[in-house]
Amino acid sequence: MTSTGIERQELADPRYEHGADDYVFVELSEEMSFDANFEAQAITQEIRQRDIEGIIEIAPSNASYMLHFDPDVVDPDELIDDLRELEAEIDITDYTWEARVIDIPVLYDDPWTHETLMQFRERHQDPDSTDLEYSARINDFDSVQDFIDAHSGAPHMVTMVGFVPGLPWTFQMVPRDEQIEVPKYVQPRTATPSRAVGYGGAFTAIYPVKGAGGYQLYGRTPVEVLDVEQELADFEDSMVLPNPGDILNFRQIDRDEYDAIRSEVEDGTYRYNMGTVDFRPEEFFADPQGYNERILEVLE
Amino acid sequence: MIQILEPGLQTTVQDTGRYGHYHIGMPPAGAMDQYAHKVANLLVGNSEDAATLEMTYAGPDLAFEENAVIAVTGADMEPKLDGDDVPPWTAVQVEAGQTLSFEFAMEGVRSYLAVAGGIDVPQVMASRATYTLIGIGGHEGRALEEGDELPLGDHGDGAAMAGATVDDEYVPDYGDNDTIRVVMGLCDYRLTDEGKAEFLGTEWKVSDEADRVGCRLTGPDIEGMFEKREQPFGAGTDLTNVVDLGYPVGSIQMAGQPIILMRDAVTGGGYATVGTVISVDRGMLAQARTHRTITFEGVDVDDALAARKHQDTQLDDLRATLSP
Repeated sequence: MTSTGIERQELADPRYEHGADDYVFVELSEEMSFDANFEAQAITQEIRQRDIEGIIEIAPSNASYMLHFDPDVVDPDELIDDLRELEAEIDITDYTWEARVIDIPVLYDDPWTHETLMQFRERHQDPDSTDLEYSARINDFDSVQDFIDAHSGAPHMVTMVGFVPGLPWTFQMVPRDEQIEVPKYVQPRTATPSRAVGYGGAFTAIYPVKGAGGYQLYGRTPVEVLDVEQELADFEDSMVLPNPGDILNFRQIDRDEYDAIRSEVEDGTYRYNMGTVDFRPEEFFADPQGYNERILEVLE
Repeated sequence: MIQILEPGLQTTVQDTGRYGHYHIGMPPAGAMDQYAHKVANLLVGNSEDAATLEMTYAGPDLAFEENAVIAVTGADMEPKLDGDDVPPWTAVQVEAGQTLSFEFAMEGVRSYLAVAGGIDVPQVMASRATYTLIGIGGHEGRALEEGDELPLGDHGDGAAMAGATVDDEYVPDYGDNDTIRVVMGLCDYRLTDEGKAEFLGTEWKVSDEADRVGCRLTGPDIEGMFEKREQPFGAGTDLTNVVDLGYPVGSIQMAGQPIILMRDAVTGGGYATVGTVISVDRGMLAQARTHRTITFEGVDVDDALAARKHQDTQLDDLRATLSP
């Protein structure tokens, strides 16, 4: 693949929307882009630092963000005025953050998600293919392995955490013409295994717990993204592993490695392979491939 | 200590909620009807964020192993103490060894039992609210079961509150909740003008899947209310899809049919949200029974703030008259 930069996206004016009397929702763009996401991260980071009285929740999302506040303390319209000012001041190329780079081993085409996706074939666009076969085909890959190589071939940024506690939405750190895009199931499944790795729209998601889901299913990771009991050492500070702005490196593993890692996780002895980088949007935009290679060097 | 003799349909420990973790996907949980929860606490001299029991449709049978002062608010489940009627919205003295029992709610859905001192389960992330999806908070992160025992907090001045009650004007009419006020917005640009009018003009039925996660509604096809468009990059192919975003509690998510997201809801996702139920009406919605019909009334933010102010004033009145 040729090394190209990330084309910057000119964002339209944000939409400021009241969520009744105690929420404000700000849509930075209707479509997904790193520009929109980094702006959401930068603005919410700044709001967090200002520690404004009456702000209860600060939640960045893929191309938008949301605030929950106590309207007895914060006037909703004045808040929106402040957010407009803030938006005008933010320049994401100046904005850098400490990002954790985390190795996420994945058993692609694993028996558990395979069994699930076969159970729900009638809810899928293409009942005669697997989710991997379908996704490879509509994204013009010659084989499922080529598709897996692309999905695991460049890191993914956590652009939002939510739906349920610990579920990361990640956006692959490649130019748009290399990005995978797939529809969600025609009708959502009523079951998904925990730790399933799925894809919908332009996002990979890891399901922390079993439950309903509509993303195409590609594999399963032996590692946790949510540890409610905080038994694993890397969950000492929080029951949730991924945070917005972290970088996940999906790495294809075989069944033996899956089983070996899984038993360490179940013993409570597993340590995540991760490191920290000072993430610089400008350098990433200029040469994503070279930048990705450099940041992955922090992994053992 | 309170012992659970019979758990009722779904009884959980709840408080004012768990905040500050929405960005990692943690919904607030907490009492679905915050007003009823707070008044119950005020009646027994607790702080408003003390934990109460939230009962759903059919309440539990509870054995008190120590003296206590209690108050029951919210839906009327005809509470009885050793068989004698317990007046609702009133602080009542309970003696050790007595049994408090509840029937089916005939109007409304959720009742709240406050006990002086509060239900003293451990805090998780600074809250005692039960969030069953990942099994945290409350009693072992789940709805109560027969044989469970709940510790009570320090009673303080609670005993002095026995006999305290609130005037009728402070008791909501749970039969009168068929109009729910909503501030339209969020992603309502996805609806056509006709679609918006149809959405607001429809009598929606509360489905039997309504729970703490969402108040699921049934009514006409929603796909036809949406503007046709070429979907933006990353949104997914369905007309109701948007690039995944955060959902306010009380927002109306258009996923097949409208779902009003309640306090245990998913915190974000890729379905268009078209408006947000105003904060005071979320509590009324928590009392809307399965199969009843509701209509949305579009209001602006100032109306929502005025309604909130009115309820704040009511609570201020009660704080003043009920302070121990």
